[in-house]
Amino acid sequence: MSLSNVFDIAGSAMSAQSIRLNTVSSNMANAQSVSSSEGETYKALKPIFKVNVPTPDQVRRRDPAIMAGQGVSVTEIVKSDAPLRMVYEPNHPMANDEGYIFYPNVNIVEEMADMISASRSFQINTEIMNTAKQMLQKTLTLGN
Amino acid sequence: MPINFDSALGINEDALILRTQRAEILANNIANADTPNYKARDIDFSAALSGAQSSMQLKQSSTHAGHQTNLLMPDHSQALVYREAIQPSIDGNTVDLQQEMARYTDNSIRFQGSFQILNSSFKGLAKAIKGE
Repeated sequence: MSLSNVFDIAGSAMSAQSIRLNTVSSNMANAQSVSSSEGETYKALKPIFKVNVPTPDQVRRRDPAIMAGQGVSVTEIVKSDAPLRMVYEPNHPMANDEGYIFYPNVNIVEEMADMISASRSFQINTEIMNTAKQMLQKTLTLGN
Repeated sequence: MPINFDSALGINEDALILRTQRAEILANNIANADTPNYKARDIDFSAALSGAQSSMQLKQSSTHAGHQTNLLMPDHSQALVYREAIQPSIDGNTVDLQQEMARYTDNSIRFQGSFQILNSSFKGLAKAIKGE
C-alpha cells in the first residue's frame, strides 16, 4: 500500500530536519566558543541531505512511486570550511603568542534562517502525514 | 447482462491506486525540498490511467499460471516525469514547496472524490445482492 509509504517518507524528512535543527542549535551554542589556535576552534556543522534512491529489488517492481525516491536521509555532517574569524585581543586569556583569538565560523544570521527553514519543513511534513492519515482512514471505511 | 467487478467499479479503482502512488511521489518531493540537486517528479496522471486501463484488458491474455495477472500498470513508470522548474535555484533543487503542497492537497481531495464514487458503487452492488 503506497499510502503507508507516505508515512515513511514524511518521517524520514522530519528526522532529517530535526538533525538539521540539532546542528543549528549546536552552532548557535558554540558561536562564541573562542580558542587560541585554528585547529581547536569549533567549526560550523552542516548536514548533507540526500534523496533515498530505490534498491535494485524495488526497481524490479517498477512502481513509479518507488522509482521517484523514498524520502530523504542525512548522509553525513560536515564541518564548514569558511574562514575563521581572527580577532586581535591581546588581553584575552586564550590569546596566542601574537595576541589573536579565533572565533568559530558560525554565521548567526545564516543559522537563524536555517532554523526557520528547518522548522517550516518539519511542519509541512507533519501536514503531509496528517493528510495521508485521513486518506488511509477513509480507505478503511470502504463499503460502509 | 454479465456483472463483474471490473465493469461495476470502472476506472475508479485504478484511479484510487494511482492517487495513492501520486501522494507518495508528491510527499517525496516535499521531503526533499531541501536536498541539493533534487529534481521534483510527478506522474502524468492521464497517461498512467490509460496505461492502467490497457493493462486491465491485457489481464485476460495470460496463458500460464505463473503470469502476473494482477500486475497493475506495467509500463507506468514511463509516466513518471520531471517537473519543469518555475525558476532556477542555486542548489539545483526544483521543488516549489507551495506548488507541491497544493498538488498534494488537490490529489487527496480527488482521492476522496474517487473514493466516494467507488463507495457508492459498492453500496449499489450490496443492494443488488440483497435485492432491496
